Amino acid sequence: MAECHPVGFQWVMEAKARGATVFHIDPRYTRTSAMADVHLPIRAGSDIVLLGALINHVLSGGHEFREYVLTYTNAAHLVSEDFRDTEDLDGLFSGFDPDGRTYDPASWAYAHRSDAPPPGEVGGASGAGRGREHAETAEAETYGSGGAAADAAPATDPTLTHPRCVFQVLKRHFARYTPELVERACGIPRAEFARLADTIVACSGRDRTTAWVYSVGWTQHTAGAQFIRAAAILQLLLGNIGRPGGGILALRGHASIQGSTDIPTLFNILPGYLPMPHAGRHEDLDAYLASAGPDTGFWGRKRAYLVSLLKAWWGEHATAGNDFCFGHLPRLTGDHGHYATVLGQIDGTVKGYFVIGENPAVGSSGGRAQRFGLANLDWLVVRDLTLVETATFWKDGPEIATGEMRTEEIGTEVFFLPAASHVEKEGTFTNTQRLLQWREKAVDPPGDCRSDLWFFYHLGKRVKARMTGDEIDRPVRELAWDYPEEGPHAEPSAAAVLREIGGIGPDGRALDSYTELRDDGSTRCGCWIYCGCYAGEVNRPARREPRGGADPWIAPDWGWAWPANRRILYNRASADPDGRPWSPAKALVWWDAAAGRWTGRDVPDCEPDKPPGHRPPSGARAEQALSGTDPFIMQADGKGWLYAPFGLADGPLPTHYEPHESPVANPLYGVQANPARVVYPRPDSPYNPPRSPRFPYVLTTYRLTEHHTAGGMSRPLPYLAELQPELFCEVSPELAAERGLVNGGWATIVTSRTAIEARVLVTERMRPLRIEGRTVHQVGLPYHWGWGGDGLVTGDVANDLLPLALDPNVYIQESKAATCDIIPGRRPAGPALRELVRRYREDGDG
Amino acid sequence: MAERMGFFTDTSVCIGCKACEVACKEWNRVPDDGFVFRATSYDNTGALGANTWRHVAFIEPDRPVTGDGLDGWLMASDVCKHCTEAGCLDVCPTGALFRTEFGTVVVQADVCNGCGYCVPACPFGVIDRREGDGRAFKCTLCYDRLRGGLEPACAKACPTDSIQFGPLDELRERAEARLDRLHREGRSNARLYGEDPGDGVGGAGAFFLLLDEPEVYGLPPDPVVPTRDLPRMWRWAAAAAATLATVTTLAVLGRR
Amino acid sequence: MVRAFVGSCPGMSRRDQPPGGGGRPDGRPGGRIRRWPVLRQLLGEDPRAEAARSARTDALRPRTADADHVARSVCPYCAVGCGQLVYVRDGRVTQIEGDPDSPISRGRLCPKGAASRQLVTRPTRRTRVLYRRPYGTEWETLDLETAMDMIADRVVATRRQTWQETDAEGRVLRRTLGIASLGGATLDNEENYLMKKLYTALGAIQIENQARI
Repeated sequence: MAECHPVGFQWVMEAKARGATVFHIDPRYTRTSAMADVHLPIRAGSDIVLLGALINHVLSGGHEFREYVLTYTNAAHLVSEDFRDTEDLDGLFSGFDPDGRTYDPASWAYAHRSDAPPPGEVGGASGAGRGREHAETAEAETYGSGGAAADAAPATDPTLTHPRCVFQVLKRHFARYTPELVERACGIPRAEFARLADTIVACSGRDRTTAWVYSVGWTQHTAGAQFIRAAAILQLLLGNIGRPGGGILALRGHASIQGSTDIPTLFNILPGYLPMPHAGRHEDLDAYLASAGPDTGFWGRKRAYLVSLLKAWWGEHATAGNDFCFGHLPRLTGDHGHYATVLGQIDGTVKGYFVIGENPAVGSSGGRAQRFGLANLDWLVVRDLTLVETATFWKDGPEIATGEMRTEEIGTEVFFLPAASHVEKEGTFTNTQRLLQWREKAVDPPGDCRSDLWFFYHLGKRVKARMTGDEIDRPVRELAWDYPEEGPHAEPSAAAVLREIGGIGPDGRALDSYTELRDDGSTRCGCWIYCGCYAGEVNRPARREPRGGADPWIAPDWGWAWPANRRILYNRASADPDGRPWSPAKALVWWDAAAGRWTGRDVPDCEPDKPPGHRPPSGARAEQALSGTDPFIMQADGKGWLYAPFGLADGPLPTHYEPHESPVANPLYGVQANPARVVYPRPDSPYNPPRSPRFPYVLTTYRLTEHHTAGGMSRPLPYLAELQPELFCEVSPELAAERGLVNGGWATIVTSRTAIEARVLVTERMRPLRIEGRTVHQVGLPYHWGWGGDGLVTGDVANDLLPLALDPNVYIQESKAATCDIIPGRRPAGPALRELVRRYREDGDG
Repeated sequence: MAERMGFFTDTSVCIGCKACEVACKEWNRVPDDGFVFRATSYDNTGALGANTWRHVAFIEPDRPVTGDGLDGWLMASDVCKHCTEAGCLDVCPTGALFRTEFGTVVVQADVCNGCGYCVPACPFGVIDRREGDGRAFKCTLCYDRLRGGLEPACAKACPTDSIQFGPLDELRERAEARLDRLHREGRSNARLYGEDPGDGVGGAGAFFLLLDEPEVYGLPPDPVVPTRDLPRMWRWAAAAAATLATVTTLAVLGRR
Repeated sequence: MVRAFVGSCPGMSRRDQPPGGGGRPDGRPGGRIRRWPVLRQLLGEDPRAEAARSARTDALRPRTADADHVARSVCPYCAVGCGQLVYVRDGRVTQIEGDPDSPISRGRLCPKGAASRQLVTRPTRRTRVLYRRPYGTEWETLDLETAMDMIADRVVATRRQTWQETDAEGRVLRRTLGIASLGGATLDNEENYLMKKLYTALGAIQIENQARI
């Protein structure tokens, strides 16, 4: 965190000064470690063992926050008799289809209560094939807001003793995740684990909370979503969700990466985490809504959310009579993610490509595949502040150097359009805490530089002008694409776009809240979770009360947080079931019985007038199905899910699997790696075999504070380039001795994909780990360099080393744990480079 | 004269982000220092000089780091000390170096003639002549910002408040309190550096809390200004010159 | 912690503030002759007390004080969302530094945030459209309007050529796999919104950004 989010880290330092204990868990000892009370070096990719052992420590020691767990989580829910755990099946859950490498989640469901009406179809489909579809469309991510559809009223056991209740299932599942296993699999000594376990237990409960902070060190794995799930289980058991000082905090690495997920430039979702429709299953609006998440909880209003979106997009053309133009939406048929797209480029299905402020030729895993894809396009549009490598691969890419590509044989037509910078346009970023902040424009962009708003608006106008009367042109023809234009370049009004995103009512006025959205077409809203950001015709993200107003910790008057300017999600859980703060020190929102309302420092995350004692009537829908003690209002049952009966592609519980490429055997199960992970086994996507002696070391990649991602915004800047001028690798003195590496010298790092060269930094901060009785070395590589990109400093591309192996829930690649070899000296140049890699691959396969 | 202002750099909370180096260069338009990988931990700007007025030193652990995260990797942002007895200022023959109303020591680029006398006069090796320009440059403690009521750029940017700016007396009190706390926490190696008015430079206007011996950070353990006795020497020289002048005058008069 | 050091120096009265012109801050009588080093030596003055303050030195003030206006902005690098103040004079960005009012960052910036003026104003920044024709070996220049028209033509043509109305089983698709897009994590919400809106209307579904990667 000190490394990649230094200014955010000031709050950790502040907490530390007030007595917080800071643990840093990382394969390397970093700048964050230097400020932590304890650094726990961990073998990359073994985090579920550590988190599982903490869960086991809590459960076996009776350290759970019982009252919180009983009322606010699904601990008491009974699971179907058909469910089989990985403990029963040596690493597989029930429902696995080995041919399709996917799960049918039917057996993971809750046991149905005998006196309740039968639950509807789980997620709108049932039986075989659902798991595959689910996996192929990354639908799990669509539940980010809604939670998966599930039985809202299953059978329960409030004593938590029934062998099939979630609490007991959890206990059995994690029973073998012990401190001994942590030592063997993670490399963390038992004494250090004990210090961590004792501290988080001591710092959780009524009066204290513990927070977990993570970044891509948890997500970029073939079981990344389950890493986060494991942390969620731990935090729910300890009562650390929805409370001040608690939570699981994702530190995101780009100015508006949260915003680009909320209003997604992502293939599988529409704004506000509504799923994209799927061919065959979503022929019309009703069929779509039947499977687009639960009908209970606030997700139950999904029809209003979607209809308001369709009205924002197709305006007066969207009517009740034509399903509000639902038919204009294109349909998915499976994996259309980034890596599938790249393979589509290589295979010739993708003809034209827009790259907007990204640099996949350097920044994405398997850079060679990226560049072979780019070289097979008809046309490519790159918009950036810098002439990034993605725009110049045809002229100076590594494959030109190896002779695999020739400039005059590459048919890709390339347009490079310079972009306006953040001070040359106005608009909002959504930061890592869901806070929208409006930026004022300082100056006009120079030359041909334009905002991306300008580009897409004017491209849209031109495309609309070229449309014909054909039926296929109707969605574009009818698109509402009319924004006020300002200034000499006819810049579209960002404020007008934000207002459309924030929602407009039947009277043409900006809406106050998403609860005002209607499903009859009378409201328009571009992103329902952002509804209210223009309430009262005030640009709320532009609010700048110094230090956020009267309460500097909540800072309610600085910017605007979605939803409803609420700063801590699910904050109903900060009060006990009766609506009283768990303790005065941790008071956030509470029930004011006299006023008959929820009140407090933050905006309460529940219906403000629903008393704690409220019990919903049978058959209620949407939020009316929630009781007064259900804090997790987007979930079908209002509970925090210790066990996910549906919604994940790789199991209802986190389970330790080795990374796709690992030097060791899975110490727990016969199944080595996540059985549902996504891989692309084809010649242009090679892999290191597991436990290959040819690739004996663990490779992990990361950022440095002096640079930014693929370097487009840092390598061309003298003041940043001088601070970290060359690609280097970090190795321990032991590994340096083993391989003859010299500090300041050169090393060549090899995988099945390619070999790159880097300068060597020998450091005691890299600790060899004892794993399963043998020494495992890790090689650390920052990934900011490329061969060009207007960089004042250049270097080989670290991401070229990485495999195309993905998490099956969210399609994020495993770039934090792979295997490699490392040898002294510079890599060969030209065709000899490919020859070196070929020899490695032959040996590796042998 | 206004209250003396200075820096207290508390290295125990330095995260080595180098925001100070960049913020300084941005404000003062200092040129880059070249693009050289030094293989010296995360330090690639090397030392303070004409083109680096804030410099973050990284001291790698000399033994395998243990689970205890503290003190394994030392980071410290170095800067001109703005000495009470400043050698650079003493020897400057052009008056380019002067002491400001804030008690800081500043080079005036429009007066400096690049003679370089100041360079060996600094016991810390801070001030330096810029290649290709010839004149001497160093930290000004953002003299222009101070005159406008702003704090120096490095202190403003510092994410963890490792670099603190303020009246020197206040900073000394704060530093003592911080040192006490660290000692109570068992970090017995913590010490202040440059805060003592009795030291060889009469105390620094920019002082530090270090977590190890100064030498570990590349700082001189006992810096002494080479011109410590200069005022006395000046008076001796002046008296001698006056005597000589008198004798000469008398001699001339006597010849009449 | 001296963070709110705006307006005046702590411990320094208004009277003590240095004048803008060529006077002397210590109030002692001035005069070129008294600054002559030999005379000062004879008088036994400590030469360190006062040197030759140039007119430029006496005129020094922060350049931010001369800004025509200050825009309140947000750092474009990571997602912490640190507040930035962008100082502008004569249509040029003269300084970008932290916004002390921000409850997130309290005026502080990391090295990247502190370097963001350089990101915007560096002389090597690209400000013209570049075009590489198929099989071309060099960049060519292209007028922005022409480039926009050419891109629109290609979007329309590729969409038509690769349109999928239904799949082999007759299921409705109404899409194109011929056009893909990557990017958005450093873009504004408004920009991502127009991108998703336009692409979806076009039937392009392979729309991705750094959030996946």
